[in-house]
Amino acid sequence: MSTVLTLPSPAVRREARAWRLPRNRSVWIGAAILAVVVAIAVLAPYLGTTSPSEIDPTARNRRPGAERVIRNDDGTKTTVTYRMGTDSLGRDIYSRVIYGSRVSLIVGVTVALISVAIGLVIGLVSGYIRWLDGIVMRVMDGLMSIPAILLAIALVSLSRGAGLRTVILAIVIPEIPRVVRLVRSVVLSVREEPYVEAARALGVPTPALLARHVLPSTVAPLVVQGTFICAAAIVVEAILSFLGIGIPPETPTWGNIMAEGRALFRIFPHNIFFPSIFLAATVLAVNMLGDGLRDMLDPRLRHRI
Amino acid sequence: MLPYIGRRLLATIPVMAVVAVFVFLLLRLTAGDPAAIIAGDNATARDVAQIREKLGLDQPIVQQFIIWIGKTLRGDLGESFFFKKTVTELILGRVEPTLALATCTLLLAVTMAVPLGVTAAYKRGSWIDRFVMGLSVLGFSVPVFVIGYALMYLFAIHFAWLPVQGYQRIGDGFGGFIQRLVLPSFTLAIIYVALIARITRASVLEVLGADHVRTARAKGLADLPVLLRHVLRNAAVPIVTVIGLGVALLIGGVVVTESVFAIPGLGRLTVDAVLARDYPTVQAVVLLFSGVYVLINLLVDLTYTFLDPRIRY
Repeated sequence: MSTVLTLPSPAVRREARAWRLPRNRSVWIGAAILAVVVAIAVLAPYLGTTSPSEIDPTARNRRPGAERVIRNDDGTKTTVTYRMGTDSLGRDIYSRVIYGSRVSLIVGVTVALISVAIGLVIGLVSGYIRWLDGIVMRVMDGLMSIPAILLAIALVSLSRGAGLRTVILAIVIPEIPRVVRLVRSVVLSVREEPYVEAARALGVPTPALLARHVLPSTVAPLVVQGTFICAAAIVVEAILSFLGIGIPPETPTWGNIMAEGRALFRIFPHNIFFPSIFLAATVLAVNMLGDGLRDMLDPRLRHRI
Repeated sequence: MLPYIGRRLLATIPVMAVVAVFVFLLLRLTAGDPAAIIAGDNATARDVAQIREKLGLDQPIVQQFIIWIGKTLRGDLGESFFFKKTVTELILGRVEPTLALATCTLLLAVTMAVPLGVTAAYKRGSWIDRFVMGLSVLGFSVPVFVIGYALMYLFAIHFAWLPVQGYQRIGDGFGGFIQRLVLPSFTLAIIYVALIARITRASVLEVLGADHVRTARAKGLADLPVLLRHVLRNAAVPIVTVIGLGVALLIGGVVVTESVFAIPGLGRLTVDAVLARDYPTVQAVVLLFSGVYVLINLLVDLTYTFLDPRIRY
C-alpha cells in the first residue's frame, strides 16, 4: 500500500496567497498613513506653521488660500498665506490642525497603554482567582452598562477645568471592562491547558505561573485590542473637545478647532472641513492597522474582538 | 419560559445596583460640596450648613445612598442646581426629541442594514459585498459629528433640500417634524448600519453553508424564500443581539448628534448640565440612559426564546 501525498496544485497555492495578501495590505496602508501623521506631529514646528494659539484680530475668518502682505520696517514685504484659512479669532487653521495631531496621538496611545495595563492586571487576577471572579465581573458588567461616551462625559464633569490628564482618565475608565473581559476569556481557556496544569502540579507559585505561562497568550489579542482602543480614544477625545467639555479651547486639538467653527459653519465650512479630514484619516489608519494585525497575528481572533 | 424570564429579570438587579452605586459615588465623592454649590458664592457658613441639613448631606454616606436610591425609585430625582426645576420635569420636557431621533435612527438602520448584509453574504465578493465591508470600516472610523457636518453641508447648505438645524415637535406638524429629523437620523444611522450589516453578513454566511439550506435548495425552492424562511430566521439571534448592544453606540451618538443639529433633547441636556456643573441632572441622565440600555438588552435576551426555541436557560 502506498500513501500518496498530494501537494496543492500551483493554482490553489496562488489562490491562497491572493486571498492573504490583501489582508496584510490593510496593515501596510494603515501603518503608512499613521507614519505620515506621526511625522506631522513630530515635525509640526518645521512645517511652515506659526504659533497655533496666536490670535490675530486683523485676520479673522479668512478663507483657505487667502494671502496677506505685511510691510516690514525696512520696507520689504512678507506674504503670509493662510493655507487653510483662519478662524473667528484669526488663528491659523493650518497651524492648529498640524499641532492638533499631537494631542490626538498622545491621547490615543496613552489611553491604549493605560487601559490595557490596568485591564490586564484585573483580568489575569479575576480569571485565575475564582472567588474574586464573580465580584469583579459584576462590577465590570455594571460599568459596561453605562454607554462609554456618556461615562466619559460624566467623568470629565467632575474636575473643574478639564485638562489632558482628566480627559485621558475619563476615556480610560470606560475601556477597562472591555480589556478585562478579553483577558479573562483568554485566561479561562489557557488555565485548563496541560502545560499550565503541569506547572501548577510542579508547585509554581501563582504570580509566577500567571506571568510566565498565562501572560504570553494574552499578548496578541491585547496588541489588537489596544490598537482599536487607540482609535476609539482619538474619536472620544475629539467628541469631548467638540462638545466643549474636553481639553481647554485654546489648546489646538481637532475637536476644539471644529467646536470653534460650529457657529459660522454655514459661511466658513473650512474650520470644520480640514480637521475632519485629518481626524477621519487618522482613525481610519489606526483601525485598518488593527484589522490587519488581527488577521495577521491570529485569524481566530476575528470572533473575539 | 416564565422561570427564565424571572431569572433574567433578577440578573439585571445586580447590574443596575452597580450602576447606581457608581453613579452615586462618582458625583458625591469627587464633585465637592453640593451644599456649597447650591448656596452660591455669597452664602455664609450657616446657609451652607442649613442646606446641607435639608438635603441630608450631614448623614453618613451609606444612609445618604439609601435615601437617594429610595427617592430615585419613587421618581424623585432631586432639584436641578442650574435650571431651577426638578430634574424629573427637566427630563420629561426633553424626552420627545431624543425618543423621536432614536426611533427614527433605529428604523432607518435596520431597514437598510439587514437587506444590505443579506445581499452581501448572498453575493459574496460582488460590489455590494465590498460596499458593505467598506462601509463598515468607514462607519467605524468617521466620527458621527464629521458625518453630520458632511451631510449637513451637502443636503442642507449646498443643495438646500432640508432645514440645516433645529427640531419641530410632532404636535406642530408632521411634515416639518420629519424634515428636520431626516439628516440627524441618517447621520446617526451610518455607524449603526455598519455594525448591523457586518454581523448580518457574517451570520448569514454561516447559515448559508448549513445542511438544511442545501436541502431547501435541492428541493427546488427559489432563492428568495430560502433566504427569508430558512436563512434569515436562523441568522436572527446574532443580528438582534448586535442591535441591542448597538444601543450603547446610539446613546453616545445621540449626545453628539443633538449638539450638531441643535436638537433640544436629552443629549443636549447632558452636555448643558455638564457645562453648568449641574450634578443632579448629570447623575439622573446617566442613570436613565444606562437603565434604558440594560432594559433594551433584557428585552433582546427575552426575544431569543421566540427566535430560537432551542434556547433554554
